[in-house]
Amino acid sequence: MPVPLIAGALSAAALLLPLLVTEAPRAETILVSNEKDNTISVIDGATLKITHTVAVGERPRGIVLSRDGRQLYVCVGDSDRIDVLDLESWKVVQHLPSGSDPELLALHPDGKRLYVANEDDNLVTVVDVEQRAVLTEIPVGVEPEGMGLSPDGKFLVNTSETTNMAHVIDTDTGEIIANVLVGARPRAAVWEADGKRFWVSAEIGGTVSVIDAAGHSIAGTVEFNVPGVPREAVQPVGLVFSADGRLAYVALGPSNRVAVVDTRSLEVQRYLLVGQRVWNVALSPDGKRVFTTNGVSNDMSVIDTAAQRVTHSVPVGRAPWGVVVKP
Amino acid sequence: MIAVRALALASLLLAAAPALSAEATLRVGYLGLAVPRPVANTALDPPPEDEGLQGARLGIADNDSTGRFTGQRFILEERRLSDPEAVLPALRDLASAGIRLVVADLPAQQLLDAADLPEARELTLFNVRAPDDALRNESCRRNVLHLPPSRAMQADALGQFLAARRWRNILLISGPSEGDKLYAQAIRNTARKFQLRIVADKPWTFDPGARRVDTGHYGIAAEVARFTQGVPAHDIVVVADEAGEWGFDVAYRTTEPRPVAGTHGLVPTSWARPHEQWGATQLQRRFLARAKRWMLPRDHAAWLALRAVGEAATRTRSTDPATIVARIREPRFELAGFKGVPLSFREWDGQLRQPVLLADERSLVSVSPQQGFQHQFSELDTLGTDKPETQCQFR
Repeated sequence: MPVPLIAGALSAAALLLPLLVTEAPRAETILVSNEKDNTISVIDGATLKITHTVAVGERPRGIVLSRDGRQLYVCVGDSDRIDVLDLESWKVVQHLPSGSDPELLALHPDGKRLYVANEDDNLVTVVDVEQRAVLTEIPVGVEPEGMGLSPDGKFLVNTSETTNMAHVIDTDTGEIIANVLVGARPRAAVWEADGKRFWVSAEIGGTVSVIDAAGHSIAGTVEFNVPGVPREAVQPVGLVFSADGRLAYVALGPSNRVAVVDTRSLEVQRYLLVGQRVWNVALSPDGKRVFTTNGVSNDMSVIDTAAQRVTHSVPVGRAPWGVVVKP
Repeated sequence: MIAVRALALASLLLAAAPALSAEATLRVGYLGLAVPRPVANTALDPPPEDEGLQGARLGIADNDSTGRFTGQRFILEERRLSDPEAVLPALRDLASAGIRLVVADLPAQQLLDAADLPEARELTLFNVRAPDDALRNESCRRNVLHLPPSRAMQADALGQFLAARRWRNILLISGPSEGDKLYAQAIRNTARKFQLRIVADKPWTFDPGARRVDTGHYGIAAEVARFTQGVPAHDIVVVADEAGEWGFDVAYRTTEPRPVAGTHGLVPTSWARPHEQWGATQLQRRFLARAKRWMLPRDHAAWLALRAVGEAATRTRSTDPATIVARIREPRFELAGFKGVPLSFREWDGQLRQPVLLADERSLVSVSPQQGFQHQFSELDTLGTDKPETQCQFR
């Protein structure tokens, strides 16, 4: 791939694009959980201004939208529950049971089954959001964290941070069907859109494992080398794929970078400097922007995906952690 | 590079149904010697009887949770002793039972005696207590790995912080015990290393134990004020009182208003209650729920020792002690210890590479190595005895 040529074209385009981009109308809303403020920041996608700051339970981290986009499920770890935030009234309208210390969650395509990682109990709890009841608990490794549902909803991948595995769970039976050993302290588990592979970031291992979903085998490993940053500071956490699936944006924690990774070659194309201690990333519905939560600098960075550069920093609450975009 | 790693990792794909495969069991020994403690001069936070042991138990439990998926079981064989004479027989007993990995919760002398036993030749001892630099240098042993940061590492962690803050002038006060003297010596070495200046180096001779006497605080305040009078200008007071007999009594009573660091005040340590970064909250809570008390540094060291064993067992898919130890000693070994970076063992002295916290009772102040202290291979090796300086010649 002629990388230098593309990079040159991009930097030329970068001069023009921000002007065009900011003029395009946007209806999207960006939602950020602030771990230390116990709030959700609501940001208008067009103006990048905060429109609401909503109080939720204690230590909100993982967030996910309901299928109809009208509600936000918020893991409030220190309150040991999930808050359901109504996105019209901007009020918490329900609490869901979650098991102890919920951190991350994933919603099944059926819109009913919510899968929650309980860090304290080595469990994945399955919650029925309509009946507001726990359906089942699945024992997993120590400190369950990442939750990734396959696009068809048949498989859930859960990572356990101290066990250093990705557990593949059959969502029909609730049974673990495979355990894949990955790098130290795995965090996010994210499926590619076609469901053929899933990616698992390893915070301490400093790598991302790309796992073949059919064979449950490691198909490749993404390695990072940020010039001028100690290897120990490169700690992959959240990741998201571009709309066309050709690129992955990987948050690298205290290295304050997002890596742009070619999903075919698994080579890093570029490192983008964002705010401090970048945790998670989300893609805008039109695929033109990536939003990052920066836990130490208390802001959200906005990446222009066409230009591959950071265009804005938006101050949010304290210790921003999770981010989703509502179309 | 990617292809090679992919192959190596692919071969580690694990069986999905551990219940069907025969479970392999690894028994790990825990050898703990309780030492008589000095009469406490405060009723606050009495030291627990099971410091170290609870960390080892949690480590076993964590390993076992992982073992459900790998078909590995971990069992802790506990030997808790109060008689130093019983240490060697207990180790022989563990060795003859086929145990090859032992968490050694022992003072330096007993650790050395244990390591030198003929029966210990095939064993690996995980030192979770003794911070002595001699154990990592002239008295190092091939069959010992060290989890706690040595006194030199602790002192360097503080020294880097002082250098970074430009608090260069130190009043050093050291107690009478052997440990206090070694701690003070480590501070002096650090001062030389990082161009700090010890403006006064004074032994503490005041008889402790007056705090609980009515009006005892008058006596202490007067003594500390007198003790610190006429000392050349300094930025910080560093105390060396490992047993905790008087170190807490220095702050707020000095003639000049100066912060206190060392064994009290701002303490360089491997683990501290206020540490909540890098997921540490999870370990703190898990430990608290199990032990009904807070995790102490020795608990963390013992937990790390077991996790090193568990991590190597998972990665090698083996419960063979020799295979496990070989993996632990590899430079590429990566242990997650809630310190934000992977931990590994220095091949020249068996010391665990690790960041050192700087914390007081309620707040994590900093973590060393400090920014700007650079190293050719690992910044973590700016703390303690580095390869070119080591006096360790394994035998």
